[in-house]
Amino acid sequence: MLDCGLDMTSTLNFLPLPLVQSPRLSNLPGWSLKDGNAFLDKTELIDLSTVDVILISNYHCMMALPYITEHTGFTGTVYATEPTVQIGRLLMEELVNFIERVPKAQSASLWKNKDIQRLLPSPLKDAVEVSTWRRCYTMQEVNSALSKIQLVGYSQKIELFGAVQVTPLSSGYALGSSNWIIQSHYEKVSYVSGSSLLTTHPQPMDQASLKNSDVLVLTGLTQIPTANPDGMVGEFCSNLALTVRNGGNVLVPCYPSGVIYDLLECLYQYIDSAGLSNIPFYFISPVANSSLEFSQIFAEWLCHNKQTKVYLPEPPFPHAELIQTNKLKHYPSLHGDFSSDFRQPCVVFTGHPSLRFGDVVHFMELWGKSSLNTVIFTEPDFSYLEALAPYQPLAMKCIYCPIDTRLNFIQVSKLLKEVQPLHVVCPEQYTQPPPAQSHRMDLMIDCQPPAMSYRRAEVLALPFKRRYEKIEIMPELADSLVPMEIKPGISLATVSAVLHTKDNKHVLQPPPRPTQPTGGKKRKRASDDIPDCKVLKPLLSGSIPVEQFVQALEKHGFSDIKVEDTAKGHIVLLQEAETLIQIEEDSTHIICDNDEMLRVRLRDLVLKFLQKF
Amino acid sequence: MPEIRVTPLGAGQDVGRSCILVSIGGKNVMLDCGMHMGFNDDRRFPDFSYITRNGRLTDFLDCVIISHFHLDHCGALPYFSEMVGYDGPIYMTHPTQAICPILLEDYRKIAVDKKGEANFFTSQMIKDCMKKVVAVHLHQTVQVDDELEIKAYYAGHVLGAAMFQIKVGSESVVYTGDYNMTPDRHLGAAWIDKCRPNLLITESTYATTIRDSKRCRERDFLKKVHEAVERGGKVLIPVFALGRAQELCILLETFWERMNLKAPIYFSTGLTEKANHYYKLFITWTNQKIRKTFVQRNMFEFKHIKAFDRAFADNPGPMVVFATPGMLHAGQSLQIFRKWAGNEKNMVIMPGYCVQGTVGHKILSGQRKLEMEGRQVLEVKMQVEYMSFRVSCYMPANGETVTLPTSPSIPVGISLGLLKREMAQGLLPDAKKPRLLHGTLIMKDSNFRLVSSEQALKELGLAEHQLRFTCRVHLHDPRKEQETAVRVYSHLKSVLKEHCVQHLPDGSVTVESILIQAAAHSEDPGTKVLLVSWTYQDEELGSHLTSLLKKGLPQAAS
Repeated sequence: MLDCGLDMTSTLNFLPLPLVQSPRLSNLPGWSLKDGNAFLDKTELIDLSTVDVILISNYHCMMALPYITEHTGFTGTVYATEPTVQIGRLLMEELVNFIERVPKAQSASLWKNKDIQRLLPSPLKDAVEVSTWRRCYTMQEVNSALSKIQLVGYSQKIELFGAVQVTPLSSGYALGSSNWIIQSHYEKVSYVSGSSLLTTHPQPMDQASLKNSDVLVLTGLTQIPTANPDGMVGEFCSNLALTVRNGGNVLVPCYPSGVIYDLLECLYQYIDSAGLSNIPFYFISPVANSSLEFSQIFAEWLCHNKQTKVYLPEPPFPHAELIQTNKLKHYPSLHGDFSSDFRQPCVVFTGHPSLRFGDVVHFMELWGKSSLNTVIFTEPDFSYLEALAPYQPLAMKCIYCPIDTRLNFIQVSKLLKEVQPLHVVCPEQYTQPPPAQSHRMDLMIDCQPPAMSYRRAEVLALPFKRRYEKIEIMPELADSLVPMEIKPGISLATVSAVLHTKDNKHVLQPPPRPTQPTGGKKRKRASDDIPDCKVLKPLLSGSIPVEQFVQALEKHGFSDIKVEDTAKGHIVLLQEAETLIQIEEDSTHIICDNDEMLRVRLRDLVLKFLQKF
Repeated sequence: MPEIRVTPLGAGQDVGRSCILVSIGGKNVMLDCGMHMGFNDDRRFPDFSYITRNGRLTDFLDCVIISHFHLDHCGALPYFSEMVGYDGPIYMTHPTQAICPILLEDYRKIAVDKKGEANFFTSQMIKDCMKKVVAVHLHQTVQVDDELEIKAYYAGHVLGAAMFQIKVGSESVVYTGDYNMTPDRHLGAAWIDKCRPNLLITESTYATTIRDSKRCRERDFLKKVHEAVERGGKVLIPVFALGRAQELCILLETFWERMNLKAPIYFSTGLTEKANHYYKLFITWTNQKIRKTFVQRNMFEFKHIKAFDRAFADNPGPMVVFATPGMLHAGQSLQIFRKWAGNEKNMVIMPGYCVQGTVGHKILSGQRKLEMEGRQVLEVKMQVEYMSFRVSCYMPANGETVTLPTSPSIPVGISLGLLKREMAQGLLPDAKKPRLLHGTLIMKDSNFRLVSSEQALKELGLAEHQLRFTCRVHLHDPRKEQETAVRVYSHLKSVLKEHCVQHLPDGSVTVESILIQAAAHSEDPGTKVLLVSWTYQDEELGSHLTSLLKKGLPQAAS
């Protein structure tokens, strides 16, 4: 199973979870205040207890892991890189914390019943598969799920049941993010998910190892194919500076890891030139400190520039310096130290980017009424208009600067040209332009042969046929083989050997020496006399020259030989022995009386003229 | 016969100057490139003439692997690559790559600036040498070329120390370098797959000594330090900047905290702060406990341990000083040693092995009067302690080659059709039971494929020649042919339980692919002729059947 992402867009159907019950929110028309922590879990198609292995490509793609490892009877292994696990843990920890610290008086689940759901207002009414919406997991489940992960490094070859080998490769998108190669000795499938060709903080994408794939599964492309991340970062900085200079506050709803590192780095270079050195930057998240600290210790997973810094030794990310000089402060939540340190105007980074829970809800309430303030959306996962809907009317400025460094369609076609897979497999939506921009024929995957697309809950057979597998010939057996050259450069050798198969590994060993018959001890019944028909006879090839054959017969004491010509060949008659031998181009038929001695003599004469395989 | 050859160029029967040449599957790999601390002449570096007398290093060697940053494993690297001349890849882990050039530079400074040695490698050579380094991740399979692959495993000896598996085809060698099986205060234990190498090359410095338990030695160390400090003495601990030093620092730091001791602990400057910083940035290479708690508290930010200044050595009162280098052969540790050696209240603790020729080795072997430079004699009155011994037990001497014959199996491709057919047969009654496989190996250039004989004939465009036998078996039976066939059928059915016996609508009987037809005898109506027909491939069964039928049929059951 490749990845287990959590689709949280369904939370947009719910109201924000405020820290303090707000009468305004509760009284909004058209929205029903419901149990807010339900997520879509997309696992209904298969029996998860039959999944042997889960490969995780990046920390965003593992958010559903506790649902799978804890509640489905799953007993397999999960493979992920160390940064993926550590940062994934932080993301889950933040999520759990955001949800759990808002106590709810009651939780409703009856509405999921189809009959009741019908009566609910749109969009809840139209939501599909609400029965699979689940409550958020607990920290205990998170820990248990993460303990089932096996850590791997880039380019590490991992044997699965001796049948296939999987290898994670750097995908360039996030710390520890990986593409996976799944290969047997003769077939190779690449799984490319969430990759980036841009130079940000992670190690660059490993493209060379994707070459010679039979199938390349392509997913996790940019969600905003029209936005250029570099331009967006520039826009982000200038909007931020503008707001702060006018005395307003800036709110950046974000995840606690990932793009935020790049944003902080840009700001580090930008603040002095923009005269923002006195503006406090706050990073509020239950995992803010851990995230900033963890980012500094993954030297081996960083781009070359950052690695060189570690060798000096200096911290790879400049946010260490921002913290040291007190320009960036981090807090686990609004409460406690933050309330006393809080100065305005300021810039606040906090979650959750859906604006439905987390500290961001408070800041939206606090700053929404003033047109001096700005909220800047950088995470591409949620529609910002929908995210903002429950807060309307809003006076604060809203800027949409989605920064999505994943592959766009131009980069995809470049990549495909580079690695040249025999077949491309991708989700259906990548094979047609986005519905909103149906004229943009450039916003789809274009490759030869056309990509095979898949839809939700569709089973796709990958387009290759397995023909060969690896087998090892033991040296003793190899020594006993007698190759003969059939054509120039091509030799053949007949192999009769004992096949040992263990853990899907095959080994050929020399056959045991034929055991001497042990006398008539066991010969009680006729059925015991059955020979071991597993001693296989070779196939024969060639043809028999009649004249020479007849000469050979005479030499071996047969007389009274008569040869008749037929349409296809000859018939050799041995009248004395009442034997008939039909010889044709590619067949020989010996018809004789039941005289085993005679038959064997004739057989050996015939075999002399034929090649064995 | 294929073989693996091992030739030590440096560390044969000696400690220091690790350098081993391994030839495996036609590939030549050099493991480590260390220097010897005890020598100041040519003997300091491994003897590369063993290779160079036959040509250039780059042509001969496929790659160089460095196991960790200790100078006895990497100290000769710039000499080797820049002065002797090697341009191929040098593999080491990220922390080793980070720390190695710093130690090399430090070593160069002591040798050239302090001892005034000529013909030594320069700073620029160190930089150029490091450009040839390729950093590897743990467990990453590095494909050096099409056939040679290497893989690093955690060794736990110092930060970034690794063991390496070197593999060509199905032959492999594991080189452990220095490794540590018990996790200590800052590093974890070595770990490796069950990779079944043909050869294991391990350094066994401690092999003939049974060390007391870790805890005992630690307690002993703390007791000695504590006693010396209590009586107002100064304690000198010569260390190398990285490795044991960090472990002892953590140990002393916690002890000082617990005992509420006030005597200052110093760490000689320069490398050390940097070293601790490396530990912080490469914290993923330390042990589980440190990694888990690093966000709350970094074990390498010490409260009690401060940077040392040269002037402090003359301060009155007790103190503990960690100073480099560890064998008292040069630098700050030697300076402090000379100052303090005359006072019996003071103590020097040697936490590691000292090679022959160093001051450290001399005092450890009990020498109390040392001849220093300029014929000056230094009398050692201070207490001399050590924490562990090292005894060497290497077998081959330098330049002597050990040859290990191997017999690698030959990997070929087997057509799935053939394999599945054989496996399906094996499914009954026991899938695990070995079974006989028959096929044809097609060898074309270096492409080896094992296919079924039919497929081989087809691929080569050869027609199969079918050899068929038909035997006449005379049977006394006055009944009709059809009835004879039925009798033959029921007889064979009851006798040949393991075979598929069928009675076809046209009146013939088959046993597997063997056809039996009953015909009337042209002369004797009381006799029927059974025509038994089979192909060469079914010969055994065919001739068995004829002999079986020759015995006649049992009287029909009522």
